[in-house]
Amino acid sequence: MNDKHPSLEVQLNQSEPFRLNVSLQCRGGELLALTGPSGSGKTTVLRAIAGLHRTTEGVVRCNNRYWQNTRDNTFTPPQHRRVGLVFQHYALFPHLNVLNNIMTAMSHISRAQRANKAMQWLQLTNMEGLHQYRPDQLSGGQRQRVALARALAREPDVLLLDEPFSAVDQLTREKLYRELALIRTKLDVPMMLVTHDMREVQQLADSICLIHHGTTLQSGQVNQVVRKPDSPRIARLLGHKNIYTGIYTSSAANGRLSALGTEFDVGHNADLENGPVSVLIEPSAIIMHRTDRPSKGERENPVKTCVSEAIEMGDDLMLKLIIKATGESIAFSISRHVAARNRVSTGNQLGISVLSEGIHLMPADEIRNP
Amino acid sequence: MSPFWLSLKLALWTTVLLIPIGLVMGRVLAYGKFKGRVWLEAFVYLPLVLPPTVLGYYLLVVLSPNNKIGKTLATLFDGPLVFSFEALVLASLIVNLPFAVQPSQLAFAAIAQDTREAAWVSGLSSWSTFYRIELPQCWLGVLCAATLTFAHTLGEFGVVLMVGGNIAGETRTLSIAIYDSVQSFNMGSAGAMTLGLLLFSLVALVIVRIAGIQHSRER
Repeated sequence: MNDKHPSLEVQLNQSEPFRLNVSLQCRGGELLALTGPSGSGKTTVLRAIAGLHRTTEGVVRCNNRYWQNTRDNTFTPPQHRRVGLVFQHYALFPHLNVLNNIMTAMSHISRAQRANKAMQWLQLTNMEGLHQYRPDQLSGGQRQRVALARALAREPDVLLLDEPFSAVDQLTREKLYRELALIRTKLDVPMMLVTHDMREVQQLADSICLIHHGTTLQSGQVNQVVRKPDSPRIARLLGHKNIYTGIYTSSAANGRLSALGTEFDVGHNADLENGPVSVLIEPSAIIMHRTDRPSKGERENPVKTCVSEAIEMGDDLMLKLIIKATGESIAFSISRHVAARNRVSTGNQLGISVLSEGIHLMPADEIRNP
Repeated sequence: MSPFWLSLKLALWTTVLLIPIGLVMGRVLAYGKFKGRVWLEAFVYLPLVLPPTVLGYYLLVVLSPNNKIGKTLATLFDGPLVFSFEALVLASLIVNLPFAVQPSQLAFAAIAQDTREAAWVSGLSSWSTFYRIELPQCWLGVLCAATLTFAHTLGEFGVVLMVGGNIAGETRTLSIAIYDSVQSFNMGSAGAMTLGLLLFSLVALVIVRIAGIQHSRER
């Protein structure tokens, strides 16, 4: 983790059978989430790192060793890469018990040591006592743990996780998140997690690389990318809903945004020129005005709205409001008890304020061809 | 040698020689991506649709000492191959190729690709992946191939007659002996042999089916 040089460097290019133009870096101990819509090429990137897919051009360099370099035709087969890969459906060997599944990945140590060491990996993944079971006798969560133990047993230079939580129920998933978070504190290798669950990204990853149609759109620290996407297209792919257009005007010290039928004070933004911009409003920056008495911050960027949808989701109420001045909609959620106290229901008028720090400006949306 | 023991000997030789060939070809056809794969597959499965007499005719032509291949084989086997037990084995190998290849091919194809990839990523070479991961998962296919090949060889008639003729003790197999008995109105002997073949084939198929059910229960 302290090594400032990246431990894993990947640059992949190909045009056939589908376009791939991906570039990423991951340091030792860092967990990089590779995300994007289905079919965007996330798994292919992982497979290329593992040596299961060979791109026409590209470099895969791990700890300053080239696993692939098309410039001098270097290609290390998967057997010699020391990669730990957790497959989406675990890919356990069905005819072997848990212990033998793990020992299969331990050819790098002497036979005499394998059983003991395998038991240690099982302990780390909370699977002790189940070593004699076969994969078909295990639950989804247990299979996932065996797959992780097998990947770790390889003592890999890189740990790759291909949507490892997609096939387990919510409760097991939460448990596994916690276990992975614990295990990763003991690892100092680069880790990559393929997922399209943004909640998973925010809970587990340090950094994120967003891929769409085989191309890297944006990468960086999770908070930075999620809160400050480079474009409205990226914002949409990240699952943001409150995206609008507006007009930005800046003076020497200040910046104003005209959007949603009101004027916002947004501060000076050196990256933007005066004119049309795209606007992202974070749901956490939306404050609902109380109906019984004035709320704190309600003078900041007030907007008048009408509730068009109020859906109960667990302890929260998901609100969709229509902005009176423009007819645009804005979405956020509040606690159900807050909603009840303020008598929030469909058709009611509701005042909200948008805090300036939750307003992110981006270059205007690209013009879509008809 | 009696027709029964001759048939058994032929079936055994065919099975022993054909299983490794079927295993290799089945794997090649299940995983191989190469030019001409479709043609290879068509040739392997050709005996299923070709009349045995057509196959027998070509084998007679090829094995004839009047051509180069036949001459070479005659030198190798110390005499012409046609109308010999060796010719029967060769004919059986070709005729039974689909029965040995198809179950193996299906068994290999049924192994999930990511399981094989997991083996490679775990550090197993292609050979280790074959005997430690693939083979234990497709033993049922191999058993099925062996049983079908054995049973089918016992009952083979057309090609065997064309290539081996009907030489008592040398090339007269059970199915030819049944034909002979019927021709000479010895229906009792024909009935006994037919019943034997029928029961054997039935038992063989039941064994394969039970093994299949057992295997799916274990999974």
